[in-house]
Amino acid sequence: MSMPITCFVTSTNSISRFLSRPSLISRQKLRCCRSLRTTPRSSASRPINEIVQSIRSRETSASRLLDGALSRIEEIDPHVNAYLSVDVEDAQSQARRIDEQIARGKDPGPLAGIPISIKDNISTKGQPTTAASRILDGFTPAYNATAVQRLIDSGAVILGKTNLDEFGMGGSTEYSAFTETRNPWDLSRVPGGSSGGSAAAVATGMCMAALGTDTGGSIRQPASFCGITGFKPSYGRISRHGLLAYASSLDTIGPLCRSAEDAALLMQVMAGADGMDSTASKSPVPTFSAYLEGDLSGLRFGVVEESLASEVDTEVSNAVQNATDVLKSLGADVQTVSLPFLSHVTAAYYVIAYSEASANLARYDGVRYGTRAVDAQNSSDMYAQSRAAGFGGEVKRRLMAGTYALSSGYYDAYYLKAQRVRAALTNDIKKAFAAGFDALITPVAATPAFKLGEKLHDPVLMMLGDTFTIPANLSGLPAVSLPCGKTESNLPIGFQVIGEYMKDEVVLKIGHAYQQATLYHEMVPRAVEASVALSV
Amino acid sequence: MARQVVAFVNPAFVSPFLRGTSSLSAAGSFIVSRHIYDGTTPSSAARRCVHMSTTQAPQKKANQGRSKKSRGGSGKREKKSSTSPGLLRALQTYEPIIGMEMHVQLATKTKAYCNCSTKPVRTPNTNICPVCMGHPGALPVVNSKVVELAAKAGMALGCTIAQYSRFDRKNYYYVDTPKNYQITQDMNPIAQKGSLQLASSGKKVGITRLHMEEDSAKMQHEGAGAAGRLTDSTHSLVDFNRSGIPLIEIVSEPDISNGSEAAEYGQELQRILRYVGTSDCNMQDGSLRCDVNISIRPRGTTNFGTKVELKNLNSFASVQKSIDFEIERQANILDDGDAVQMETRTWDEKANETKTMRVKEGASDYRYFPEPDIPPLQIARETLEKWRKDMPELPSQKRERYQAEFSLSSYDAFLLSDDVTTAQYFEDSIEAGADPKQAANWIMGDITKVLKNEKIGLRLCKLTPKNLANMISLIDNGIISGKIAKDLIQELVLKGGVPSEIVDERDLKLISDPEVIREIVAKVIEENPKELSAYKDGKSRLFGFFVGKSLAASGGKGDPVTTNNVLKELLDD
Repeated sequence: MSMPITCFVTSTNSISRFLSRPSLISRQKLRCCRSLRTTPRSSASRPINEIVQSIRSRETSASRLLDGALSRIEEIDPHVNAYLSVDVEDAQSQARRIDEQIARGKDPGPLAGIPISIKDNISTKGQPTTAASRILDGFTPAYNATAVQRLIDSGAVILGKTNLDEFGMGGSTEYSAFTETRNPWDLSRVPGGSSGGSAAAVATGMCMAALGTDTGGSIRQPASFCGITGFKPSYGRISRHGLLAYASSLDTIGPLCRSAEDAALLMQVMAGADGMDSTASKSPVPTFSAYLEGDLSGLRFGVVEESLASEVDTEVSNAVQNATDVLKSLGADVQTVSLPFLSHVTAAYYVIAYSEASANLARYDGVRYGTRAVDAQNSSDMYAQSRAAGFGGEVKRRLMAGTYALSSGYYDAYYLKAQRVRAALTNDIKKAFAAGFDALITPVAATPAFKLGEKLHDPVLMMLGDTFTIPANLSGLPAVSLPCGKTESNLPIGFQVIGEYMKDEVVLKIGHAYQQATLYHEMVPRAVEASVALSV
Repeated sequence: MARQVVAFVNPAFVSPFLRGTSSLSAAGSFIVSRHIYDGTTPSSAARRCVHMSTTQAPQKKANQGRSKKSRGGSGKREKKSSTSPGLLRALQTYEPIIGMEMHVQLATKTKAYCNCSTKPVRTPNTNICPVCMGHPGALPVVNSKVVELAAKAGMALGCTIAQYSRFDRKNYYYVDTPKNYQITQDMNPIAQKGSLQLASSGKKVGITRLHMEEDSAKMQHEGAGAAGRLTDSTHSLVDFNRSGIPLIEIVSEPDISNGSEAAEYGQELQRILRYVGTSDCNMQDGSLRCDVNISIRPRGTTNFGTKVELKNLNSFASVQKSIDFEIERQANILDDGDAVQMETRTWDEKANETKTMRVKEGASDYRYFPEPDIPPLQIARETLEKWRKDMPELPSQKRERYQAEFSLSSYDAFLLSDDVTTAQYFEDSIEAGADPKQAANWIMGDITKVLKNEKIGLRLCKLTPKNLANMISLIDNGIISGKIAKDLIQELVLKGGVPSEIVDERDLKLISDPEVIREIVAKVIEENPKELSAYKDGKSRLFGFFVGKSLAASGGKGDPVTTNNVLKELLDD
């Protein structure tokens, strides 16, 4: 079958030019970049909006687009392992339905025919939802998560379920009970996590966008490791109904896409109040596209001082420096800002997340669904054996730590203190915004994608990788991960823009402006193409 | 035989409330937690007995009997009449410290955190959805009616209602708790610091707190010899219809001193909550559940004794008897120089004693923490004010008003205000012009008698308050006699009708025309010559005979005074 989603840009030269000169980018060069945008692009690098138009105008069809994604999965996924399940027949019938609607002159919605994958900790009716855990092996939910239902109602085709660290607990997707997802830029490296499957699938064109979840960086970090755009909305901007809870006060659902523009389109469809989730915000949803256009003049950004400290990889800090230069060139006022509480956030985050997880995962007991031990002698043995067999090591570690932190006598010392740190950090950030900053800038992660197994046996090291992403979760802020360069060893680097609470549209506007001026988001993972070629 | 729990779960579960037409495959059957797996599905017999049988009837009678006694009205209540010598001795030496924990199911249409119906259904696992089944990804959304009913109950108990309150998770693993945590309120309950006054003594029992939470699923322990108990059962069935039904828990201060005070506290609480529409508070159905914490200490000492918890008390009679039993039991232990064991005990109705249910091994750690799925609850001042305005007059207020306004005895006032329906009926008849004292007598006397004989409630009484007032005015105005009214009451209560119309139709009016009476009396005298001559001979007692005969001859309609006068006139002629 012909591949409509073939490769992407011809502009790698201009990107490497940026990299070779990690200093100011001249206006001239930016213009040069912009001019590249006028060259015709393949569907994978075209904005979803344009593809939807071509489906609506019947230039192409949902079924053709789906076939492209499916054959891409067939070719590439054996090397990448992004998916846990793909229901081909179901996807095909969804696509057919969209095409029929269009043929009848009916508009299926703003995502007509777009194949989208869903992280496997988000409930999909009739499709397995395992959270990459043995305890939910074979479990099929009775309902769609609100976010998924809203995608479907907008014409999206739900393609399959992507791999993750079990219940979202991890930063490399290596803690999946089922399979190890690989970074498409370097198959010996991790895709990041926990939304590693979604990030790898989008990066390789195995879908046009994906849903991920972000509790401490699980959308943004894999997006940066895989060279795509990952958006973590404000807490409550998208309903959590149907998200298999890890840490309820931190969890968010969000899109992983090729561009901020695509993310805005998905946000438009998914955001808004939901009667099934009382933590979903009732504040009105802005028209995201209306905010996308225009330059950044008048906006003030603060580069977080502490995030460019010595432990950050030089290639990463250089790339972020370059990105801030681009932002400056787009009219923004860029300064530095200090977040003194940053050094405490990781500890606070883990106490809060683990504590909440210890209750959230209590329901997986084998009584009503999921795996149950067969030869237990009484109900407490049944719980112990089912859970011992059903959960992986990292999940058990976190549940035990969380249970401990909430125990009588320790609550004040851990959970309560962590909440105080959370409040202090939020106050820090509020002060920064109150001082006139519109967004904060940090790297997404201190390093690019690391080797498979490199941190597997050092959970603490794995955790420390989340320092820059955690603040947005603790304070409920919107944040986007944007590709901003590559290392010499050809690994993508991302930088993060954190916005004010419920100003998701501002964050996406900044991302879009940056991507209008640069081409990093159109970078292609060659490694996987090469190995596909080899295996063929 | 070793008990074994083996999987029997129908994994494909679809909620009826969700989009689409998926079938609810778990519906109509129990989720089974099997101790011995025999590979079969739950029997149809098991399906039929969703609601565990309760043997309430005798307890209920005992309860009613007790409540009548303790309602001695005049303030002279015979509390100690049934007190055994053993209990008396115990009470002389020891001071009991008793606190109550009541769980009350709220009268909402839907569950606490989802849209499932709360209607009792016979088929297990039908009123269920992903939320109350604890399915992955499902979130609780607080039913606002729950907050309203809880706040109103708090107001009725004189509590301070928190403008800011919060839900917490109480973590514990049990098969009847689908999320393995209960959503309840720990640190910031909706209501605190109220009190309830006992009518008999005027004693105030403090209410520590009132908070909202959710009910658990129902377990049914099965297998040879299990007889519904966990011990000796081979497997257990779980019905999630009750899972997530809203409850309030009301915790009292340890201000209660004995069994009858505890029972009175419970009954007054029940009365109040029924008045404000919190719940139907039926102990038989489990919509009101009573737990008791009881310890004793030597009189004059200040350290608390070891606490025993009494559970599964199905009536107020059980509450009273189990507490009195427990006081004596603990006193005997201390008298012997032994220590009371910290444990949970249950009341065995047949054996008339408390029995060990489970021994507590240290305090459980529920690892409470704020429920992150539910934002803190803030009730607007205006909303609270509106709810306060909606508060009906409470039983104690009615009792006082009936005595002050209508000069009723405390006993009558108590009976008439016992339930809202009776009180309303009474007040409506006064509104319609009835004399309060007479209305009270009719309601508590003949009307209640007829209803009791027919085993129906006042709600089904066909005699409207307006017609009761009408009947009373007929008597007051001398249009009918009390006897006629008593003859008519059964028909009026069961079939209805306007008394004045019935009296007209059937010509039941009193005859007070002396000429008509003279005719009747003359005829009676004429027909009884023997009695007449005996009377004339000095047997003056026979006057009564003639009165009776004459009234009977008038068909009960003859005005007694006129009849008397006419008879005197004719006989003494």
